[in-house]
Amino acid sequence: MTEEHIIGKSVPRKEGRDKVTGAARYIDDITMPGMLYGATVRSQIPRGVIKKISFDPQFDWAEFVTVTAKDIPGKNCIALIGDDQPCLADERVNHPEEPILLLAHPDPHLLRKAVDAVAIEYEPLPAIFTMEESERRSQIIWGTDNTLKTFLISKGDVDGIWAKADSIVEGEYTTGAQEQLYIENNGVIAAFDREQGITVWGSLQCPYYVHKALMALCDLPAEKIRVVQAETGGAFGGKEDYPSIIAGHAALLAMKSGRPVKIIYDRLEDMTATTKRHPSRTRHRTAVSKDGKILGGEIDFTIDGGAYATLSSVVLSRGTIHAGGPYYWPNVRIRGKAVATNAPPHGAFRGFGAPQSLFAMERHMDRIAQAVGLSPVEIRRRNFLRPGQTTTTEQTIREEIDLGKLLDRALELSDYSAKKARFAQQNKVGPIKKGMGIAAFLHGAGFTGSGERYLASVVAVEGCTDGNGTVRVLVSSTEFGQGTNTVLCQIAAEALDIPYDDVRIAQPDTNQVPNSGPTVASRTAMVVGSLVRSAALGIKQTLIASGSLGSSYSPEEFRTACRAHIAAHGELRSFARYEAPEGVFWDDQKYRGEAYACFAWAMYVAEVAVDLSTYSASVEDFVALQEVGRVLHPVLAKGQIAGGVAQGIGFALYEKVVWQNGRMQNGQMTNYIMPTSADLPPIRVFFEEMGNLHGAYGAKGIGELPMDGPAPAIVNAIGDALKDSIGDALAARFDSVPLMPEDIFEAVSANGER
Amino acid sequence: MSHSSEHRGKCELSFTVNGKAETIRVFPMERLLDVLRNNLGRTGTKEGCGEGECGSCSVLMDGKLVNSCLVPALQAVGSSLTTIEGLAEGPQLSALQAAFLECGGAQCGICTPGMILSASHLLHKKAEPTLDEIREALAGNLCRCTGYMQIFEAVAEASRRKNPA
Repeated sequence: MTEEHIIGKSVPRKEGRDKVTGAARYIDDITMPGMLYGATVRSQIPRGVIKKISFDPQFDWAEFVTVTAKDIPGKNCIALIGDDQPCLADERVNHPEEPILLLAHPDPHLLRKAVDAVAIEYEPLPAIFTMEESERRSQIIWGTDNTLKTFLISKGDVDGIWAKADSIVEGEYTTGAQEQLYIENNGVIAAFDREQGITVWGSLQCPYYVHKALMALCDLPAEKIRVVQAETGGAFGGKEDYPSIIAGHAALLAMKSGRPVKIIYDRLEDMTATTKRHPSRTRHRTAVSKDGKILGGEIDFTIDGGAYATLSSVVLSRGTIHAGGPYYWPNVRIRGKAVATNAPPHGAFRGFGAPQSLFAMERHMDRIAQAVGLSPVEIRRRNFLRPGQTTTTEQTIREEIDLGKLLDRALELSDYSAKKARFAQQNKVGPIKKGMGIAAFLHGAGFTGSGERYLASVVAVEGCTDGNGTVRVLVSSTEFGQGTNTVLCQIAAEALDIPYDDVRIAQPDTNQVPNSGPTVASRTAMVVGSLVRSAALGIKQTLIASGSLGSSYSPEEFRTACRAHIAAHGELRSFARYEAPEGVFWDDQKYRGEAYACFAWAMYVAEVAVDLSTYSASVEDFVALQEVGRVLHPVLAKGQIAGGVAQGIGFALYEKVVWQNGRMQNGQMTNYIMPTSADLPPIRVFFEEMGNLHGAYGAKGIGELPMDGPAPAIVNAIGDALKDSIGDALAARFDSVPLMPEDIFEAVSANGER
Repeated sequence: MSHSSEHRGKCELSFTVNGKAETIRVFPMERLLDVLRNNLGRTGTKEGCGEGECGSCSVLMDGKLVNSCLVPALQAVGSSLTTIEGLAEGPQLSALQAAFLECGGAQCGICTPGMILSASHLLHKKAEPTLDEIREALAGNLCRCTGYMQIFEAVAEASRRKNPA
C-alpha cells in the first residue's frame, strides 16, 4: 500500500472559511422575491376532538393564506416508515403542539398576532403521559394496545441459568428526554411552480426523506419535487425526520399562495413542538457466578415514543441491540418495546437508543461488581467480548479487539488507581467527595441488519471543467458540522492521488445528486466514504483505460486528462452503488446475525466532585479513549468526540425536560440548561487504531459513539464518590439521568433517615 | 386593525457598521439583530434563542460585547458596530478566524460568528488570557457541537500568533 497523502491529515474544513467569515448561508439568511412567512397553529391540549376552528372577526384576515388538512392534495401523512403521523391534525389531536392549521403573510410580526387570533375548540379526551400508563392501557391511544413496536433477542437458555447462579442482580434504570438543542432552529423555504413543481430549501439532514414525504403529501411525481439542503446549523438527529413536517407545511402554503413561503421556528416552538431523545426504562435481571462471570440474564428495554410511531421502531432496534454492552452473554433474552403516550413524537438524537440502554448496562455492571465483591474494573474485564465470541444477536467478533488492553490504557490516561486511592483518603473529611467512574461500550456503525442493503446507496464523482477544482463529489450526505464535506473530499482526493483543493463537493440537491442515503447512524465516513472511494477509482480507471492518463501522473496531467475526456465524451462521471458484503447474515424476524458491519469500541473515565453543601456534582476530568478504526482527520475526529462527550455530560447532569400534560414546560435556553464553556471539564480525547480495514481507508463510524459513555461513567463516579458517605446500597441507587442536585439531596437525606 | 398603521412610527437611525456609515428607517424598538440582518444584509449575525442566552447574535457596540437580540435599534444610534463581516481584511482572515478554522473551533458554524466576536472582545481586553479566563469570557456563547475544547485551543492559538513570545 502506498503512503497516504491526505487521509489522516487535518486539512481545512471545506466550508470552514465561509463559516468563520459569516458568509455561510443558512436558511434564515436566504430571502426570495415575493416571499411570505409561514406559521403554525398548534394544539393546546394533549388529546381530543377538534370541534371548531374560528377566526377572530376583529382581526383583518385579508392577505392571509390559510391551510388546513382539507387543502392537502395527497395523503395527509408524513411518509417515513409507518405513515401514521398526519401532516396536519384533522378532526383529532393526539399531542400538545400538534400542527392543526397553517398561516402565511408577508409580515412576520402580523403573522404572530394572527396565530393568536385563531381559536380552536376541542372536546378533550383522557390522555396518557408515562410509559406505565401506556402499558396499563386504561386509554388506547395508538393501535390496539399502545405498542408501537417490539423486538425480542433470544440467545441460549435463559430459563435454565437462574438455578446455577451464585448471585442474581436486579436493577431498573431510567433516562429522560433530551433536547438536541442545535443552535439553529428548524427552518425551510418552499416555492411552487406549476411546471417545475415544489422546491424546498432547508436546514436538514436527509434530503431524500423530505423528497419522499413531499411526493406523498403533495401527490406529485418524483421529478416535480426538489429538495436542497442549505447550510445547516447543527442537527444531531433533530433534523432527521422533523424537516419533512416543516417542509410539508411550507410546501402546502406555497402551493396555495403561489409564492415562496419561509417558516423559521423560534426557540420555544422548536423545543416544545419538535422531537427529543426517547425517555427510557431498562430492567436488568442478571445471573452471575461467584467469580463475577455473567451467566445470562433478562433485559427489558422500553422507550416512550410519543403520540406517533415515526422513527421509534428504529431507535428501539438500536437500543435493544446495544443493551448487552460490550460483554459476552452466553444466555440472554432482551425484550425491546416502544409505547405510545400523548407527547410530541420522540425522535432521532445522536446515539439513537444506545445511550439509553447502555446507561442501564453500565450502571448495572457497577451494581453487579458490588454484589459479587469485585471492583468495577475487574467485573468488566472478566466479561468483555473477545474475538471469536458472539454478541447478543450472535454476531461473531472477527476483529482483533482487546478490550482489556483498551481499558488498561484508559485507566492509565486517567490516573485511575492513584486517584481512587487518594480520594478514598480525602473523602473522609470535608463536604467535597470525589469519585471515579468507568463506562465500557460499543457502537455499531451504519444501518442495522439489512438496512444498508435496502438503502442501496449511490454516489457519484464527476470531472469538472468550470475552473473550480478538478472533480466534484455528488452525494445526498449532508454537512451539519461533523465534517462530511471535508472527509468525503479527502477520500476522493486520496483515491485519485490529487490535491485536496482539487476536489469539491456538490450542495445536496435532489436534482443534482444521487441518493447516498440519510446522514445518520454514523454511516457517512464508513459507508458513503467507501462508495466515494470506489466512484473516484472509477474515474481514474476510465482515464487510464482510455489512454489519456498514465499509471502515474501529476495533478496537472490528471486535470488535462479530465478536460480532454469531457471534451471528447461530454462528461466524465463514475457511480458506485452499495453492495452488501458476502456471507453477512441477518434475520429480521429472529433479530439474529450480523447487526452491524462493525463496532467502534470505547472506554470512558469520569472524575467527579460532589459538593455535599450544595448537592451539586461536577465533572472534573474526562478521558475518552476509543477505537474507531482509521482516524481520517484528527481535528474533526477529536471535535466529534469532545462535542459528543459534552452532550453526554448535559444528558447526565444538566438537561432535564420538565413535562406537564405532555408538553415541555421549560422550552427555552433560560430554563433548559446545556453545558457552557465554564461547566465542562477538560475533555481529553484519545484514539486507538487497531488497523482493521472497514470503510474507506479503515474508518468506522464515529459520530454517535461519544454520546453513549459519559452518562454512565459520570453516575458511576458519583456513586463512587458518595459510597462512603451514604453507603454502597444507596450509592447504587443512582439509577436515573439526568441526575440533578435534588436527586443527590434525596439520596443523602434518605441515608440520614435510616 | 389596519395594516398600514404597522408602518407608522418608523424613524431614521444612523450608526456605523464595520466602519461604514449607515442610515436606515426602522421602528426604534426593532431588535438590532433584525436591523443588521434584514435591513443591512449582515446575515453573519445569527439568532439562536432570541432571549440573550446563547450569544449567537453577539456583536461589538463601541467595543462592548452585546447580544443584538436584546438591543433596540434606537440604542445603537451613533455607535460603531462590528459584526463578523468586519473582522477579515479582504481575503486575509483575522488571527482568530484563521485559528478557529485550523483548530476545529467551528463545526456547524452557527455559533461561530458570535463566538469569534466574543473571543475578539476578550483578546482586546487581555492579549494573553489564561484558560480559565477564556472559559469565563466565552460562557455567554453556547456551542452545541464542539464541547468547546477546540474553541479554547483556537483562542489560545490566536493569542499566541498575535503576541509571539
